[in-house]
Amino acid sequence: MTRDTFDIAIIGGGVVGCAIARRLTLDGARVVVIEKALDVLDGASKGNSAILHTGFDAPPGSLEQACIAAGYKEYLEIAGQMSLPILKSGALVLAWSDDQLKQLPKLIEKAHANGVTDVTSLSREEILRKEPNLSPDLLGGFAVPGEYLIDPWGTAHAYILQAIANGATLLRNAEVLTGHFEGTSWTLKTTQGDMHADHVINCAGLYGDIVDERLTGARRFTITPRKGQFVVFDKPASNLLSSIILPVPTKTTKGVVICRTIFGNLLVGPTAEDQESRTDGSTTRDALLDLQAKGVEMVPGLSNCDVTTAYAGLRPATEYQDYQIHQDRQSRYISVGGIRSTGLSSSLGIAQHVSALLDTFGTQFKPLSTPVTPTPEKLSEYHDRDWQCPGSDGIVCHCELVTKREIERVLDGPMPPATLAGLKRRTRVTMGRCQGFYCTGALAALTEGRLVRPMGTRDGS
Amino acid sequence: MAAETFTETSCTVAIVGGGTSGLALAAELMRLKVGRVVVLEREPNSGGIPRHCGHYPFGVYEYKRLMKGPDYARKNTDVAADLGAVIRTGTTVTALRPGGTLELTTPGGREVLHADRVVLCTGVRESSRAQRFINGDRPYGVISTGALQSLAYLEHIRPFTRPVIFGSELVSFSAIQTCAHLGIKPAALVEEEDHVRVRALLTPYLIAKRVPLFTGIRQPTIIGSDQVEAFEFSDKNGRYRRIETDGIIISGRFRPEAALLKASHLAVDRGTGGPVVDQSGRCSDPAYFATGNILRPAETSAFCWQEGVDTAARVANDLETSPSYAPNVISVTHDDPAIRFVVPQRIATPLPPHGMTNFYLGLTKEVRGVLEARAGGKTVWEKPIKSQPIRRLQFPLSEIVKPDVADDITFTLRKSK
Repeated sequence: MTRDTFDIAIIGGGVVGCAIARRLTLDGARVVVIEKALDVLDGASKGNSAILHTGFDAPPGSLEQACIAAGYKEYLEIAGQMSLPILKSGALVLAWSDDQLKQLPKLIEKAHANGVTDVTSLSREEILRKEPNLSPDLLGGFAVPGEYLIDPWGTAHAYILQAIANGATLLRNAEVLTGHFEGTSWTLKTTQGDMHADHVINCAGLYGDIVDERLTGARRFTITPRKGQFVVFDKPASNLLSSIILPVPTKTTKGVVICRTIFGNLLVGPTAEDQESRTDGSTTRDALLDLQAKGVEMVPGLSNCDVTTAYAGLRPATEYQDYQIHQDRQSRYISVGGIRSTGLSSSLGIAQHVSALLDTFGTQFKPLSTPVTPTPEKLSEYHDRDWQCPGSDGIVCHCELVTKREIERVLDGPMPPATLAGLKRRTRVTMGRCQGFYCTGALAALTEGRLVRPMGTRDGS
Repeated sequence: MAAETFTETSCTVAIVGGGTSGLALAAELMRLKVGRVVVLEREPNSGGIPRHCGHYPFGVYEYKRLMKGPDYARKNTDVAADLGAVIRTGTTVTALRPGGTLELTTPGGREVLHADRVVLCTGVRESSRAQRFINGDRPYGVISTGALQSLAYLEHIRPFTRPVIFGSELVSFSAIQTCAHLGIKPAALVEEEDHVRVRALLTPYLIAKRVPLFTGIRQPTIIGSDQVEAFEFSDKNGRYRRIETDGIIISGRFRPEAALLKASHLAVDRGTGGPVVDQSGRCSDPAYFATGNILRPAETSAFCWQEGVDTAARVANDLETSPSYAPNVISVTHDDPAIRFVVPQRIATPLPPHGMTNFYLGLTKEVRGVLEARAGGKTVWEKPIKSQPIRRLQFPLSEIVKPDVADDITFTLRKSK
């Protein structure tokens, strides 16, 4: 029996791993993505603010800035073709104190240095004319017209689905335990058996340092997860704002973001809390009430709005400011670590960077001449949805208007969800205001025998 | 795939929601022979919440028979259908437009329905875990009573084996009964208030069922990242407690299912979370009415059934008398933080026949004092009250609103002398 050796093994199916899988597959490589969890996007990519950033405030000259700029550009190029929804909201960076007001010129200068040249200063009056529901307490700000809202999960799913459609392999529920480079290729011991690949790319996110150590015996950085809690308001709140409202970071606080989501909600967050745990995404009453109060301070109309849900994302922060991308040409290993809160925006740029690094290894693939491009369902509130089309077979989730046809399509698709959480990210079921009050029973019946992790046990079994 | 074009239909009365109040209303409207009555139900079966309350007691007041929820739901459906109401299931109303025009999506496609009158009967749902700001991660096993009921009674699926019930309202009983139906016993019942919210009934029941009860708990926290592992809190003596459990049932704190309303042109009352209505249940657009639990959270099915029946006479009268009916409208407000809501929020004069006979008040906290109705700078009515927040308070409308009323009414509280 001949050993099945992949060109590339990517460890970790977060947005970065998915984007790299897509890039290298299109480059012509045979790729396997090895994911520890039951489903992709189960770590840092599970919860973020779902903004496509321009990188206007990234440190100039940093790898992070370069990856965001490149990622942003490619996103806009491929979005139409790949059916990725974009809500071109633009952002306003607002100052609420004299201290913050003083920072504005420097931030505008930095934006221009980063090539985001359409950033322009706005007066208080101009801002209030643009966003009449903002509190008149604001002092000034500037516009970043190129900041957009996107689907944080659909985006990564689209990347990995395009990789799979063009021949990549996705292995879920497989943790990499150890790995050895044996002269020409790697052997990775996983909980699902040995995998062989010529190159290994570590995209393990919150576990990046641990995987680094398991494979190389050294740690080049240490992950200290930074938790960000968010409050999500129900859809009527989205009428209060058009732009993404960004804070002015000061020495003491980074401040909170208020923005719509592409799903039609409005979110306020994040907090920034360093913690030891790489899995604990707890939200706390005090923090959420505080976020709610901050939201009301900035947008007073929010006091009349219902909360739909709350969540926390964990960001893989390290002791360094910049991304930690290291390569070892000898052992054909690349470690993509410390991709902090900007990973959603930069992932396509990181993928380009990794592709270029492989070139410097002397690795050559033959790019696909006619790659397949799947066009998944857009789950955007601002685009046509499946329920508006004939033959949807009825609506199952009433809050998010998810049809039975959409659910069936995903369950029968090339990357079926293993868990309810995976189904939620793919379809939005139970993500709405009732949080499963109405459709849980129907969903349990519909998914019975089709999830690795079932929603319950049938009576008598 | 292209979004499809709309087909257009019309009817006399469109009822949004085929639960208890909507079906009772539909049946009574057919008895009153108002014309074509269509019930729009988004679920595959009509009947509403009782469909998945597979236990007693339902139907005693309405049908003089002790019934389980699903039988009661079926009975309400059959009565309305037998009288000729059209019940359209699997039909979702996606928008309310001015003047009684509804946008629908149905298994057959999209539709615009023009109704002479629309009645909103969309009921209530429980508050979610997020809306109650419970600490912790988001593991599997945290669900509402409604979700548990639909799993247990409609699908016979058991999501956990030893849950903690969060909340102590009438529906929290239903959670215990639903657990019993699944052959499981709750690990505890916990309540943030200092008292059980339906004390008279629940406490002996819990003792009989041997379910430990904790009231006045602080810092409720769900433990577990994948599946629920435990529930932690500090008890009323400030002592840390941990209960090993694999599920949390978030029960009660009902709120109107008012998403359609909030996305529409209709006025919403912040206190109830439902529509602003006059004593006929008429909304801010006179083509729209509302009845049942969407008016305020939350009453029993028998209460909602009767509201549906009563509303039929109001709608029928409105269909007969309009367009000649041009009321003056005064507003009814409240100005004490202890008062959560007052229904109706408007009074139309001259007073129409068949209107609500009571004001309904909801409280935010325990109240002892004198409730006053003020109009034109004067106290027009007062009454001493002593009440827990959960209790339904009703006061005769005729005592407070005189036929010649012209000034807005404000309910307020003052301390007893």
